[in-house]
Parts: sequence; structure tokens; C-alpha cells
Amino acid sequence: MSDRPIPRPGHRDESRVVRLLLIGVAMSFLVLFLFMPLVAVFAKAFEKGAAAYVAAIVEPTARAAIRLTLTVAAIVVPINVVFGVAAAWALAKFEFPGRGLLVTIIDAPFAVSPVVSGMVFVLLFGAHGVIGPWLIAHDIKIIFALPGIVIATLLVTSPFVARELLPLMESQGNDEEEAALTLGGSGWRTFFHISLPKIRWGLLYGVVLCNARAMGEFGAVSVVSGHVRGLTNTLPLHVEILYNEYNSQAAFAVASLLGCLAIVTLILKAIVESRVHGRSVNQYRHRERATARVGESEGQSPSEKTGAVEVRPWESTSAV
Amino acid sequence: MTAADRRVLPGFKPAISLTVGYVSLLILIPLATLVLKSASFSPAAFWAAVSSPRALAAYRLSVVTALAGGAINAVFGVVVAWVLVRYEFPGKRVVDALVDLPFALPTAVAGIALTSLYAENGWIGKHLAPLGIKVAYTPLGIVVALTFIGLPFVVRTVQPVLEDLEPEIEDAAAALGAGRVATLLRVVLPAVLPALATGFALAFARGLGEYGSVVFIAGNMPMVSEITPLLIMIKLEQFDYAGATAIALVFLIVSFSMLLAVNALARRAAARLRMR
Repeated sequence: MSDRPIPRPGHRDESRVVRLLLIGVAMSFLVLFLFMPLVAVFAKAFEKGAAAYVAAIVEPTARAAIRLTLTVAAIVVPINVVFGVAAAWALAKFEFPGRGLLVTIIDAPFAVSPVVSGMVFVLLFGAHGVIGPWLIAHDIKIIFALPGIVIATLLVTSPFVARELLPLMESQGNDEEEAALTLGGSGWRTFFHISLPKIRWGLLYGVVLCNARAMGEFGAVSVVSGHVRGLTNTLPLHVEILYNEYNSQAAFAVASLLGCLAIVTLILKAIVESRVHGRSVNQYRHRERATARVGESEGQSPSEKTGAVEVRPWESTSAV
Repeated sequence: MTAADRRVLPGFKPAISLTVGYVSLLILIPLATLVLKSASFSPAAFWAAVSSPRALAAYRLSVVTALAGGAINAVFGVVVAWVLVRYEFPGKRVVDALVDLPFALPTAVAGIALTSLYAENGWIGKHLAPLGIKVAYTPLGIVVALTFIGLPFVVRTVQPVLEDLEPEIEDAAAALGAGRVATLLRVVLPAVLPALATGFALAFARGLGEYGSVVFIAGNMPMVSEITPLLIMIKLEQFDYAGATAIALVFLIVSFSMLLAVNALARRAAARLRMR
């Protein structure tokens, strides 16, 4: 009996009918809104057979779009990792005036419409923009070229790593770092040998989310790209063009590549989450057996919950 | 002792300089450009752009559909979170991972997939068509897209609160004679409410600015199914930078008010949790 979950007392449980009904409602909702769109992407991609699928992907403009998307992500993700680590370090380890304001500014790209995020760079660097004429005079192309796409993607994806690391670093404290420094370790050595390993899973999680958004961003990139086929079309923009040309099978074939990216992202996310956050879907049952409290973090989103559940089997009777 | 003396760890100066420099260049200066650019227009021209019937229709559509999407998610998101936290069923881990799909799937892909599903000959649309319900290319389609986009926000904010809820509280309510429904409505729901409000506000704010998933399914008819981000996009394509800037500024102010409201709500919820 001891290794089986302790049955919940009747008064804390809904009847079997209500339970099945609620599960049914939740699953129907998820199937309708999440599962079917994902399945539709792959079904439509293979509508005309595997040959048509492959043809749509190896076609030169599609290959150029894949290359551009990979290039953009390869530039954007490392930059935002450096920014995210620096921002989380400054915000989590130190108190200073204006800290709250800085957090709000870092969060801002989440609240701004992607279209507006792209548009501000057109106002800055576009032909009629603030420094547009100077750029033209010096023959520097930003808007409707790779730099514009990179900058717009940088803005849209800038909060991901910082947002992931901040609550993690806050909850971990500085004891190990202080010990290392007391023992004579240099600042950088302490960072690379103590701090970085402590946050590695959270960092990976931030990188995965940042990368997914960098490869999939549509609105902001759409404004600054100029949609030049084979030159400034990223994968999502290539999908749009094919779809608007009523070439829906090819559009879904290319879209399925991004669908695979999403699936890989979800799998990595699940792995990392179980490592770093100690969050499992069965946590409630453990909780009930253990009545342990999770260290309360200020964060509201689950990704910010960092404390692992402390299971205390010797207290399990108190739950009943 | 000054604040600087208390800092044991090194690296504050380089970290804060890099952070402030980066957000200034990437976030603050570009957004300030938007505000300055709007200030260079005459108030009359600004007002004309912001209050044209087409712009007003776009604001109204954006707000109404984002509210509707948020409301649908508030109801079903709580049910999904409840089921994932409290019940056991096969495939639960997969379902739990799938909830994050809207964060991982590029919006353009979601847009064309939803459109193909809800079009009149689509897997779902063909069952709705005989009932006289048209989803794709109507405002209803926008609600469907925004429901998809906002789904994880509510589930992922409510889920941890349900997980942290101490079962003893429900025991106490039952011991004091409350029925199950009364316990759920008067004990569990109030505890979840701040998180639910935060999740709703996040989904609403995201829905307000959403572009990629909506443009494919909306139909994009001016005055009927044209959302505000699309109107900004159209003005940019027509090189009407003044009009686009004015509308974007109004929209930016709305978005930031939402962000501040969300942060205030989150702080209140955190304070409530600490009091317990």
C-alpha cells in the first residue's frame, strides 16, 4: 500500500461522472484548438505525396529562405544570450535604484505588437526615416536587407533569455559564488565555474524559446524585409507568399519544417523543465503525500517557479 | 556604508552597462522615435488619422476579439489546468507539453493551419457550414486565432497556483459542512482568481497585438474584419508613415497600460500569497 498513491478522501473529489466530463471538455478543447492545427500542417504538406513535398522544400527560393532563417537565428540567439545573462546577473545579484523600471523595459517587447516593433526601425532606418538619408548617402542598406531583419528579430526575442534566468538566479542565492571568491577565485573564473553551471538548464530553456521565436517571427520581419524572393524572405514569409499564390501544398510543406521546429522545441522544453524546475504533471499527488511547501517565488508564470518539491515521506500521514 | 560597499559579487558595472546600453539602443531609442515622430505632426492631422472611421472600427475589432479570445481561454484554460493538476489519465504528459504549442509554433504556420481547418471545406468548417456558421474570413475566425494564441497564458498561470493549493483548506471547508460545489466556488476559485486575472490580461495583451495568425483567417475587409496591426501594416505599405505612426502610438499606449496593469496584478497576487 505504501508505494501506491494514497486515495484522496471522498469529500475532496468530484464524482466519476463529473471527472470524466471535465476531462472530456478539456481534451475536446485542446484537440480542436491545438492538436488538429498541428496535424493539419503535416496532412496538407503530404497531400500530393512525398515527391511534391520534397520538391517544395528543395526548390531554390525555399532553400534560400531556410538559409536566411538559419543565418538570422545564428546571429540573434548568441547576442541575446549575452544580453540575457548580463541583464539577469545585474538584476538578480544587485539592488539598485530603477531596478523595477529596467525589468519593465526588458519586458516591453512582449507587450508591443510585432508590427509596431518592425515599424520603429522603418521610422529610424527607412528611406524617409531619421537617419535614412545618411544611410543612403553612405550606401548602407538596413531596411529591406539582412541587417533590418536581424535587428527586428533581436528586439522581438530580447526578453526570452533574461526573463528565464532572472527568477532562477534570484532563487539560487550567492553562497557558492561568495565561497569561491573568498577562496581566491577571480570574478570570471567564479562565473564560468560556479554561476554558469548553476543556470545551465535555465539558460538552455531560454535559448530554445528565443530560437523558436527567432526562426518563426512573422509580423516584425514582414515590415522590414521587403519580401524579395530568394534574398530577404525568411521561412515564415516564404510560407505566406506560397499560400497567397494558392500554392497551399507547397506552403504547408515549408510550414511543416517550422512545425518540426515547434515539436523539437516542445520536447526540449519538457526535458529541460523536468531537470531545472522539478515540475511534473504528477506534482499534486506528491504534494499531497508530502505536504511540503515550495519556496515561494515572486514570479507568476510557471516557468518562473524554480523550487523543487521537497518530499518528506515521514510526514505523509498528515495529509490524510 | 553605501550600497556599493555591500556588493560582494563582482561584475555589476559591466553587466549593468551592457544591459542599459543594449535596451537603450534596441528598445528605448526605437520606441522614442515613434513618440517623437508623432509629435512632429500637427494635432489636427494626428487626430484625423487616429479617429478615422476605419481606424475606430479596427480598434474596436481588435479589443472585442482579444477580449473574446481571453474570455474563452479564461473558461477553458481553468478547466484544462484543473484537469492537468488534479486528474490522472493516459497521455497526460503529452497533453501537458502540447499546451505550449502556441509559444513554439510560428504564428504564420498557425494562421494557415487554422484557416484550412475552419474554411468551408476544411475538417472543422465543413461541419459548421450546414449550421450556417462561417468562421474563416469573418471576425469569428479572428477569435479562433486569438484563442489559439492565448491558450498557454491562462493555463500556465493558473496551473502552479492549483498545484500549490493546500488540500487541507478544502478539507476544512468540507469539515465545516460545505458541499463540493460550494468549496470549489468559495474556496478554490478565490484562490485561483488573481492568477486567472493575470493569465487573462496576458492573453488579452498578446491578442491585441497579434498579427501573423490573424491575417490569414480574418478576411481583412476594411471596417469589418481588419485588425489594428493590419491597418498599421497597410498604411506602411502605402507609405502613409504619418497615419501608421499615429495609430501605432495609440496602440502602444494601450499595450503599455495593459503591461502595467498585469504587473500590478501580479504583485498583488504575490502579496496575497505571502500573507497566507
